[in-house]
Amino acid sequence: MSDQGNDKGIVLTEAQKRARRSRSIAIAVSLVVLVVLFYAMTLVKGPAILLRPL
Amino acid sequence: MSLISEGAEYNGALAEPSMASVGDYIALLKPRVMSLVVFTALVGLAIAPGSIHPVTAFTALLCITVGAGASGALNMWFDADIDALMTRTAKRPVPAGNVKPGEALAFGLTLSAFSVGVLGLLVNILAAAILAFTIFFYAVVYTMWLKRSTPQNIVIGGAAGAFPPMIGWAAVTGSLTFEPILLFLIIFFWTPPHFWALAIYRMDDFKRAGVPMLPVVRGEATTRLQILLYTLVLVPLGVLPWPLGYTSALYGAVSAVMGLGMLILAVQVYRERLPSDQACRHLFAFSILYLFLLFAVLMIDRGWGGLIARLTA
Repeated sequence: MSDQGNDKGIVLTEAQKRARRSRSIAIAVSLVVLVVLFYAMTLVKGPAILLRPL
Repeated sequence: MSLISEGAEYNGALAEPSMASVGDYIALLKPRVMSLVVFTALVGLAIAPGSIHPVTAFTALLCITVGAGASGALNMWFDADIDALMTRTAKRPVPAGNVKPGEALAFGLTLSAFSVGVLGLLVNILAAAILAFTIFFYAVVYTMWLKRSTPQNIVIGGAAGAFPPMIGWAAVTGSLTFEPILLFLIIFFWTPPHFWALAIYRMDDFKRAGVPMLPVVRGEATTRLQILLYTLVLVPLGVLPWPLGYTSALYGAVSAVMGLGMLILAVQVYRERLPSDQACRHLFAFSILYLFLLFAVLMIDRGWGGLIARLTA
């Protein structure tokens, strides 16, 4: 692909970049919360974490 | 809205990157509806017999919160066309153009899967199963089917909002008894007078969107009578936990006084006629306070009261 070509793909505006960044941070925070949740619940339940009671 | 039109939207999404902010995604979760769901689930959790570790209780509440939000997002995805026609909902993220329909659908489905999966893995299967059914009931039975096809839409669909205390109870006990079912019934019979009061003074909105709410289809007078009839069922149901021995006289007194308030307002609604709608507005606002106070006193009486008793024993 030539650097001088017109095909630059999608170029984000500053506002779009800011919106994307805030969404990315929110997804990262959600994933951290999920990991912490599973870690904490494993500590709380111990081996019983593998049991699936009704 | 069909999945075929979603494809067209997706092509558009490729050409134009999303401008949706985190705030738009939070709005998709219907935070105000979610707060009442979380509160009633918390009460179910607090009054259930037996004990639950605080981290497990937090996990259960988080999953119920996310599940309720997911069903809100799915509702906004499907209802974007009619939301755009109503003043109350026109500024929601999808009709406002901030979030594309496909994004709302993906968001709702992802949160549904995670909330149910995590609740089943970390708490118990019964609670997860009821949460899954609640999301299905709200998104499919109410939103996709009943809402646009029958004036009884919010009567049957109201069940979705009544399940959270049962999920909270099931998270602690892994079973269900009559007590959480009674809480379900209280919310179930509370929903029609609460929502129809709003529907009367927002009737033009529903008419414009073609949603067959009871006041639009059967008329204002019939709706006002139905509000009174449902309130007549609701008030004794609201008091019932006390004579059944589930609560102390404190709850009995609060539920009786608040029930009397509901009844007085329902009678005023019955006597009122449009263009006057003050009684409907008062009933709508008071009904929120009614449900909140009933459940708050129930939690203090059974939940926090029980906790205090355990700590001081």
